[in-house]
Amino acid sequence: MEPVPSVSLDMELKTEPFVLNMGPQHPSTHGVFRMRVTLDGEVVVGLEPVFGYLHRGIEKLAETRTYTQVIPLTDRLLYLSSMACNHAYVRSVEKLAGIKVPERGEYIRVIIDELMRISSHLMAVGFFLNDLGCSVYTPLLYMYREREKILDMFEMVCGQRLTYNYMRIGGVSNDVPEEFMPILKRFVAEMPHYIDEYEQLLAQNEILLARTKGVGILPRDLAINSSAAGPVLRASGVKWDIRKADPYSVYDRFDFEVPIGEVGDNYDRYRVRIMEMHQSLRILEQAMKQFPAGEANAKVPQFLRPPVGEAYGRVETPQGEMGFYLVSDNSIAPYRMHIRPPALLNLTALRDMVIGWKVADVIATFGSIDIAMGEVDR
Amino acid sequence: MTSRLDGSGLGLLKGMAMTFKHLLRPRITTQYPEERLTLSKRFRGYTMVWDRERCTGCATCAKSCPQGNIEIVTSKGADNAYVVEKFELDSGRCIFCGLCVESCPYDALFLGMEYECSSYRRGELVLSKEKLLYTPDKQRSAYARPKLEPALPRQTLLIEGDRGSKKR
Repeated sequence: MEPVPSVSLDMELKTEPFVLNMGPQHPSTHGVFRMRVTLDGEVVVGLEPVFGYLHRGIEKLAETRTYTQVIPLTDRLLYLSSMACNHAYVRSVEKLAGIKVPERGEYIRVIIDELMRISSHLMAVGFFLNDLGCSVYTPLLYMYREREKILDMFEMVCGQRLTYNYMRIGGVSNDVPEEFMPILKRFVAEMPHYIDEYEQLLAQNEILLARTKGVGILPRDLAINSSAAGPVLRASGVKWDIRKADPYSVYDRFDFEVPIGEVGDNYDRYRVRIMEMHQSLRILEQAMKQFPAGEANAKVPQFLRPPVGEAYGRVETPQGEMGFYLVSDNSIAPYRMHIRPPALLNLTALRDMVIGWKVADVIATFGSIDIAMGEVDR
Repeated sequence: MTSRLDGSGLGLLKGMAMTFKHLLRPRITTQYPEERLTLSKRFRGYTMVWDRERCTGCATCAKSCPQGNIEIVTSKGADNAYVVEKFELDSGRCIFCGLCVESCPYDALFLGMEYECSSYRRGELVLSKEKLLYTPDKQRSAYARPKLEPALPRQTLLIEGDRGSKKR
C-alpha cells in the first residue's frame, strides 16, 4: 500500500484578482453609475469608473435654444441643487452680456442658494449614512423632514419642488411673496436645533466613527492635483471656496467662515458638510437683516443677443465650483456652451481614495463624494 | 463584566426613552389619496388654461417654449386681426417650465393647479384649444400672474405644523 501524500495546511493558496461590476443598476450608486472594481479577496486593488448612461447632450442641446430656454436644462444637471446650477448659468450670461442685477435680485439669489446648500448637504449626509447602513433610512428620513421645509419655501417662490427654473438673466422669475420672509426667519431660528439633533444621534456613534475615521483618505496635494472642489477639497484641508476666493453676487458683504477638515477621510467630508450648514444659516441671518426693497429684475429683452465674445461664470454649488463657459456669436442662441462639472471632477479622485479598502468602504467613500449622475453624464 | 452589562442596559433604556419621546411628537406625514396638501399659489401644473378673448395669436409662447411644443395656426379675420385656428400642445412633452406663461404679453395663458395627469393613451395628452379653453370652473395658477394670487388658498407649510387634512 502506498503512503497517502500528506497535505500541508499552511500551503500557499494561489489567488487571482476578481473583477466585479458594481452598477449601473446598483441602488447605492446614486443613479446609473458603474464601477468596474478589481478585487483581491475583499480588498480593492483597482477601480475603473464607467459612465455615460445618462448622457443627454445638454451642452449640445443648449446650442439650439435661446439663452433663456437653456435655464430649464441646467435644472437637470445637479438635480438636488438645481438653484445653484441656475445661478451658475445666469451668472455667465450676465457676464457675457454685461447685465447688472439689482441688489434685491442678488439678495434673493444668495438666500435661495444658501437654502439650496442646506438642503443638498442634508441629502448628501443622509445618503452617505444610508450607504454606511445606518439602521436603514432612519437618519435620512430625519433629514428629509428639514428638506421638506426648504422645498415648501421653494415651491412658494417658484411653483415647483425639483425643477425650479427660478433664476432669470438679470434677476429671478418672480419676486419672493410677502409670506416668504417670516417663514424663512422661523426656519433659520429652528434649524440649529435640528442640526444639533443629528449631531446628538451621530457624532459620537461608535459604528459611524469606525466606518468613517481614516477611511478613504484623499491627501491634500492629490485633492489639488485632481482638481477636486467643494466639500471634498475642503475636507482635505484646502481653504478654497469661490464665495471667498472670488466673491460673486453679494457674498463679500457677509461674515462667514470656510470650514476645513484635517486629513480628508470620509469623516472629515461628513463634518465639513455639517459645519457648512451652520455657516449657511449665518449667511441667511445676515441676508435677512440686509434684505433691500426695490426691483428684483433688470430689464432684459426676451431674445437676448449678447455681443460677440466669451465668458466663464462660476459659483460655489454645494458640490463645488460649477462654471459655464459660453461663446456668443451675437445670435439668440449660444454658439458653444461648456460646463465645468464639480461632481464629475470629484469623482475622478475616487480611485485613489478606495484602493486598499474593502468593497463596503467603496460604497461609503462613493457616498461621501455626493454626486448626481445628471451632472456627471450631462 | 458587570460594568459592561450595566452600560449596555443603560444605552438600551436611553434608546427606548428617545423612541417614546418621538412617539409623542406630532406627525408630519400625510395620508395622500385621502388627505391632500394645498399647493403653492404659484404652482406650475396641469393643465394649461388658454383665454380666447385675450389671445391675439402672436405666438410668443410658441417661440419661448424650449421644447417647441406649442403649435399655433392663425388666419387673417375681419378688421385685420388674427384668428387663432389651432392652438395645440402636447402635455406629454411639456416640462412645465412656465416660460410660455411668463412671456405672454397679453396674460392669455395660465398654468393649472392639477398634478394627477396620467392617462391611458398618449393621444389624450395632446390638448387642443377646446380642452385648454378657459372656463370659470378651471383653477388657474398665479404663476407670473400676481393678480390671481389673493384669491387662491394659502399653501400648507410643514414648518407651521400644518399637514393639510383637506378631504376629497
